[in-house]
Amino acid sequence: MNEAILIAILVTVVGAATPILLAGLGELVVEKAGVLNLGVEGMMLVGAVTGFAVTTITGATFLGIVAAGLAGAAASMIFGFLTLTLTANQVATGLALTIFGVGLSSLIGAGFVGQTVTVLGPLFPPALAEHEHLRILFGYDPVVYFSFAMTLVVAWFLRRTRAGLILRAVGENDASAHSIGYSVIGVRYMAVAFGGAMAGIGGCYYSLFLTPMWAERLTAGRGWIALALVVFAAWRPMRLLAGAYLFGVVMTLELHAKAAGFEYVPPEFLAAMPYLATIVVLALISLRKSVGAQAPACLGKPFKPST
Amino acid sequence: MRLELVKRKQPSRAMLYLTPVFSVLLTMVFGATIFSLLGYDGPGAVWNIFFVPALDPNKWQDLGIKAAPLILIAIGLSVCFRANVWNIGAEGQYVIGGLAGTGVALATWQMEGWWILPLMCLAGVAGGMLYAAIPAFLKTKLNVNEILTSLMLTYVSVQLLYYLMRGPWKDPEGFNFPQSRMFTDSQMLPEIGNSFVHYGVPIAFLVALLAWFILSKTVFGFEIRVVGAAPNAARYGGFSRPRTIWASLLTAGGLAGFAGILEAAGPYGQMVPQFPTGYGFTAIIVAFLGRLHPVGIMLAAIILAISYVGGEIAQSSIGLPNAASGLFQAMMLFFLLATDILVNYRIRFSGVRSGGAA
Repeated sequence: MNEAILIAILVTVVGAATPILLAGLGELVVEKAGVLNLGVEGMMLVGAVTGFAVTTITGATFLGIVAAGLAGAAASMIFGFLTLTLTANQVATGLALTIFGVGLSSLIGAGFVGQTVTVLGPLFPPALAEHEHLRILFGYDPVVYFSFAMTLVVAWFLRRTRAGLILRAVGENDASAHSIGYSVIGVRYMAVAFGGAMAGIGGCYYSLFLTPMWAERLTAGRGWIALALVVFAAWRPMRLLAGAYLFGVVMTLELHAKAAGFEYVPPEFLAAMPYLATIVVLALISLRKSVGAQAPACLGKPFKPST
Repeated sequence: MRLELVKRKQPSRAMLYLTPVFSVLLTMVFGATIFSLLGYDGPGAVWNIFFVPALDPNKWQDLGIKAAPLILIAIGLSVCFRANVWNIGAEGQYVIGGLAGTGVALATWQMEGWWILPLMCLAGVAGGMLYAAIPAFLKTKLNVNEILTSLMLTYVSVQLLYYLMRGPWKDPEGFNFPQSRMFTDSQMLPEIGNSFVHYGVPIAFLVALLAWFILSKTVFGFEIRVVGAAPNAARYGGFSRPRTIWASLLTAGGLAGFAGILEAAGPYGQMVPQFPTGYGFTAIIVAFLGRLHPVGIMLAAIILAISYVGGEIAQSSIGLPNAASGLFQAMMLFFLLATDILVNYRIRFSGVRSGGAA
């Protein structure tokens, strides 16, 4: 296999990994705060359609990305209000958010089907971005570098900052965090909003960079894979990065197989691979005894201060 | 004046049954507002989606046909949810059920006999059960989260459907369209009298009544409720958690598979790539809106069926996009979850107080 093909494969892997990395980072922070938001897929779709709509109307991709983040955060606030303020069941509410996101995005997107946007080019100047070898490092759009930066920021925030410590405390022992005076609900609201924004940006990566157009349900279950990724990463940002790229490889198998000449493998089998791989990976990591202990202790449990 | 939530001494039964009604009413009010803001005829959308199908007797047969799979799937899901097993892959179990039954139909092509249709149904049930057995196995043996596995399997089932339709099961006389052969007369569910309603519809309602009896009158029903509501008490009482997980998932898978083959042998009369239409996900809303109770589920399924049929009407009459009914359905679940708090808390209106405790 020559170098050009190798680079081409790498580019597709980065493309597949970036949105699930972004959405996964958001959900990781949400879960660290003790909240399980299963609405990632719905928030991604809302972000995807909003980002596309704003970019088409304004012509500015940057505005589209910002709008996608805001839309994802706004959608997550429905979840936040129901589960945090009204203490509704988180699993059911997350599912409702996904169903809602599918419906809302199809509705908004109906007017945008068939339109296209100009894809934003690489972040770095052509001398680097189009260089024969260096483009492996410098040849990507700004969102890819944003996803790397956010991985580091989230890792630093959770481990090294006071706010990160409080967030983890809220997720590990909400009653204690409350009794020493931290606002459990306030912290969780912020975490949920962050998760929504990241899912929204991850979602718009499909409509603005990968496809680049709007189609109903274009995230095709990637939001659920992002959720699985958080479990796979044992709630650690750097492991999430590795996991996202591992899944990026699996998700692009269809292309690799064609490039390698495996024409006889049914395409449907390759298309099913990411989902099968997720199940296999979840089963494998559960064999490790410690996996249950790594989950935030209050994950998914509603908190209602007694006074 | 301010609102305050005061915990009730006991959950309110009245609110338990009233909140689903509230949520439907709130959906109508908010739905009309939102669609007006989006530039559509909001009140018209609500009128078309919720009232026209219910008031027009010509649409009632259609309501029954749409409600039947929702009832079957939601009954199974209610058993899971009562036991705190979060099976959200009913759509996949429904597809595999339909495929398993189709497999029998294709194998018995050119055969005749009364036994073919029951055999197809058995295969459908077995297919759904087998597919639900995967998350059950992973959950009980390896403690893998059933939410993710059951959902991932839905995507896998759809790819399997596409593969079979494009490849091995493609109708050889079908002008290369990716769909199966048409089922023969011995493979199709007959219609009742002169109607369009196939026998799957009354069967679904009978299954709901049977489930009502089983859940309220048998030890199995009691076990499901106890394991979900009070896991520790259940353990002391000798009910095993793994057994409940298996039982609830197999019930849900079997019923979803049954719904799948009834749908394939009924309205479709063949297997097509467009077979998964989201009944498995809508049934989640039905199960919750019906308060996980068979009678509630029958009513909720009719309401959701109304919104499906109404969505089609609104599409042609006032140009509402197809996605509108999905949005209304999701809103019903949102409002139900939001008003749920009224079951355990009551709202107290209190006047402005000077410096009282917040």
